[in-house]
Amino acid sequence: MMVEKTPILDTFTYVALLFGIMLVGFPILYAIIAATLPLEDVSQVPMSMIPGDQLFNNVNEAWSRGHLGTQLFNSFVMASGITLGKIIVSLFGAFSIVYFDYRFRVVAFAAVFCTLMLPVEVRILPTYEMAANLFGPLQSVWNFLGLDGVISWFAGHDIEVSLEFSLLDSYAGLILPLTASATCTFLFRQFFLTIPEELCEAAKMDGASPMTFFWKILVPLSKTNIAALVVIEFVYGWNQYLWPLLITTNPKMTTAVIGLHHLLPSPEDPPEWHIAMAGALIVMLPPILVVLLMQRWFVKGLVEKEK
Amino acid sequence: MSKTKCFWLVMAVGMLISFAGTAFAKPIDIHWWHAMRGARGETVQKIVDSFNSSQAEYRVIATYKGEYDEVLNAGVAAVRAGKQPHILQSFEVGTQTMMLSGAIYPIHELMADKGYKVDWSRYLQPVLSYYMNADGNLMSMPFNSSTPVMYYNVDLFKKAGIAPLSKDKSITWDELGEITGKLVKSGVEGGLVTAWQSWTQVENYSAIHDLPFASKANGYEGLDTELLINNDKVVNHVARLKSWMGDKRFYYGGQKYQGPKAEFIAQNAGVYIDSVSAIAKLLSEVKDFSWDAAPLPVESWMKEPQNSIIGGASLWVFQGLPKKDYAGVAAFMNHLAGTESQVLWHKETGYFPITLTAYEKLIADGFYLENPLQQVGIKQLTRRDPTKNSRGLRLGYFVQIRNIINEELELVWNDSKTPQQAMDSAVARSNTKLREFERTYK
Amino acid sequence: MIKKRSYFKSRKLPYLLILPQILVTATFFYWPAIQGIVASFQLSDPFGFRTQFVWFDNFIALFTDSLYLESVLTTLFFSGSVALVSITFGLFLATMANRVLKATTLTRTLLIWPYAIAPAISGILWLFLLHPSYGVVAIFIEDWFGIDWNPLLESSHAMLLIVLASAWKNVSYNFVFFLAGLQAIPHSLIEAAAMDGASPFRRFWAITFPLLSPTMFFVTVMTIIFSFFESFGIIHAVTQGGPGGSTNILVYKVYQDGFIGLNLGSSSAQSVVLMGLIILITVLQFKYVERKVQYTG
Repeated sequence: MMVEKTPILDTFTYVALLFGIMLVGFPILYAIIAATLPLEDVSQVPMSMIPGDQLFNNVNEAWSRGHLGTQLFNSFVMASGITLGKIIVSLFGAFSIVYFDYRFRVVAFAAVFCTLMLPVEVRILPTYEMAANLFGPLQSVWNFLGLDGVISWFAGHDIEVSLEFSLLDSYAGLILPLTASATCTFLFRQFFLTIPEELCEAAKMDGASPMTFFWKILVPLSKTNIAALVVIEFVYGWNQYLWPLLITTNPKMTTAVIGLHHLLPSPEDPPEWHIAMAGALIVMLPPILVVLLMQRWFVKGLVEKEK
Repeated sequence: MSKTKCFWLVMAVGMLISFAGTAFAKPIDIHWWHAMRGARGETVQKIVDSFNSSQAEYRVIATYKGEYDEVLNAGVAAVRAGKQPHILQSFEVGTQTMMLSGAIYPIHELMADKGYKVDWSRYLQPVLSYYMNADGNLMSMPFNSSTPVMYYNVDLFKKAGIAPLSKDKSITWDELGEITGKLVKSGVEGGLVTAWQSWTQVENYSAIHDLPFASKANGYEGLDTELLINNDKVVNHVARLKSWMGDKRFYYGGQKYQGPKAEFIAQNAGVYIDSVSAIAKLLSEVKDFSWDAAPLPVESWMKEPQNSIIGGASLWVFQGLPKKDYAGVAAFMNHLAGTESQVLWHKETGYFPITLTAYEKLIADGFYLENPLQQVGIKQLTRRDPTKNSRGLRLGYFVQIRNIINEELELVWNDSKTPQQAMDSAVARSNTKLREFERTYK
Repeated sequence: MIKKRSYFKSRKLPYLLILPQILVTATFFYWPAIQGIVASFQLSDPFGFRTQFVWFDNFIALFTDSLYLESVLTTLFFSGSVALVSITFGLFLATMANRVLKATTLTRTLLIWPYAIAPAISGILWLFLLHPSYGVVAIFIEDWFGIDWNPLLESSHAMLLIVLASAWKNVSYNFVFFLAGLQAIPHSLIEAAAMDGASPFRRFWAITFPLLSPTMFFVTVMTIIFSFFESFGIIHAVTQGGPGGSTNILVYKVYQDGFIGLNLGSSSAQSVVLMGLIILITVLQFKYVERKVQYTG
């Protein structure tokens, strides 16, 4: 509904939008075309803009050469794990912070909230060490207290206790450290605060337990928010780069986005961009589908939470 | 049942179990992390398979862990987490870090401890010298060693009226200047391209011309070493390359995603300096022209050019694994250095055979008569006994230093700095790193 | 802190509920963060066998290193450029889309999907477009502007490449927010201005734009955070900090010095500086737009 008739501006609007959409879509269109061409055509300068018939072969080649089957599975596990982990942990956390009054409530909130903006990248090195040996802190406490000596005294001979549990090259290592983020908790807290007090009061009158209230009322009310967060966190998890790059050294444990890097033609290789592009298309497809299919909730959740 | 009886029963059962354990023993797994992918990785697997099928006690498991830096990284992390593999392949720039790590089992000790009498004098000395400590003891097993040579496009040379180059005698840089000039005049897009510019144009240039790369005998004789590459000769060399860029006689193909090799294969450049390990790729990928290799050019004043230095990687053995495993590690190392493995390795990858025995066998079998260009590098590497300036480089944080040199060279190529400024800055920046390293290990 | 007036009463349950969050945060946030701060005061060999306390030496070395300062400038320039390009373009597209009310969902669908693409993949796509030998856009630039396009050698070309790859990925995110912001502006305001005879352009600058400023601020902060950290994937896949260190942004340098160069002290010090920087940005953000939060995860 326009305020007044402005035919020239309207035409411009449509042209500009069309142009914008094309501009945004061009890199992907180009990648799709490249993925359909054989090597001779893709290394032609300039590359032909007419699609070829090699899409299936290239996808196949990228699939087997990049171990994409395994790696897509890993990506899926990682993205879902992060999504689920974050949402569950933060639903409980926010519930605790908003609906209970206890001594350490403010402390707990502050402690979690402090981590809000700090991405894993800024503490990457120690987090890595931490993941290399999850019991590192316990070990330091152990050593600090001199417990080795105590144990040795009991046993009557020297015993060195080393606590070890490594997350390197494991799904837990890919997932757990990235669930340490306060964003979801904060969002749920904000949302819970907007829920009318009467609901809680009514529940209490009916003698509902806190957990009944949580499962029967709070979670259903949060559906849109959860849906939006599923999209956001799935995309976030799928697209992680630095962390999986470090935590996995076994090609069978790495994620598709990292694996894709190995499909890039190196100076050592012939310029097989058609394979790289085919691989890129495969790897980017799942998160794009999630965003497009859940667009309505995603946008609603995203924008509502921004308020 | 009395307590004593119970004890003996348990003991007996225990003994039985452990005997059963030996009788049906699975082979002991020996883990080897490496950085060899593609065709090289396949050759690695062949060598491993032949070892595994030759005996039943040990089983070597070779795993590709990524590029060189990623493998070193994985190794460091693994040691910190107490999960180290038995064998780690580390590139040559990581030598100092590995050597001082305190985490390794020196190869000369390992072989001696396990009863292998290795005649180290039957190894290629310029290769060994890179991995020896100050006392002349070998710390790691050389594995894939290469040296840079100069490839050229024979067809383009013919078209420009240039005679083919000798495989034994180096041309001078001045002559290369004329050659690349003619190439460009004849319509070729660029003259010379080079891979790994720090390694080929600074490290090897210094070694060949017997110039110190760093003080304290290139770092062999002390951690208080300083870079010396801002000397006139290196600076002039960089300046010459820069001046060649003006008329396309030299073309910078970058370090990253678009290699000089691609330019050479696309015939955009007539001359191409790279490791001998590029031979395998060139053989399989060049289809529409003929090419050959020659030793690296030298300055006209250098009448007796020194040996070039190696690049590549060696195999380090980590400490701290079950004692019984190390006999297997030694056996595998022995297998790896064996003539059969070395001949296969050289033929399939272009990397040097590390023993003279293997080299002599290759000569005797007439391999080089059929493949004369495979011998260019090895001849250049062994043409003279290594001096203090040409036996290798022993620097801390060398990964970063090489990176610094590459960066500074790039700043020359894109007109941000003069050659002198760039080399001065490379020296200053590297020295800071060297001092940090020295402090860490004091 | 805002409080509900109505509470459940339970002695153990709230602790049980918050426990997972506290555990995860303590293990993967606080402990590593403390370790990182400790490591930034130490000099240590890669294997961790020799460690010595050196006070502020790592920081002093950092701030007297002209390259680090250069990297700071590079990061600022990079994130500024990404913000400028992606915000201008996102706002422009949103304004246009807001004018064609009938087709907003369709336009949104057509514009939203780059949000889902990993930075590293975005880098790879643009690398292919701007590849000096094969890239179609590179050829276009060479033919039309007569520029010898070579991101391998020319710092400015490399910078343009990573700015485009980052901005492209971010346009859709910004677009979604601007579109929502625009749709939230009451129509009566615009109509009133129109009746006063204000032209569409004037209306935009006088009414719409000021009303959008909270969104603008939020989007700017988010874009800057994105270019500070998540662009790592782009840099790693495309330029690896080169040529001549001209695209070596702070987060990449942390990785390069710490994980490739194995220089742990310096890398930790750099992490601590980054941490400080982000805390500063967060504080600023909450000071000006209290209720806005990030949604990148």
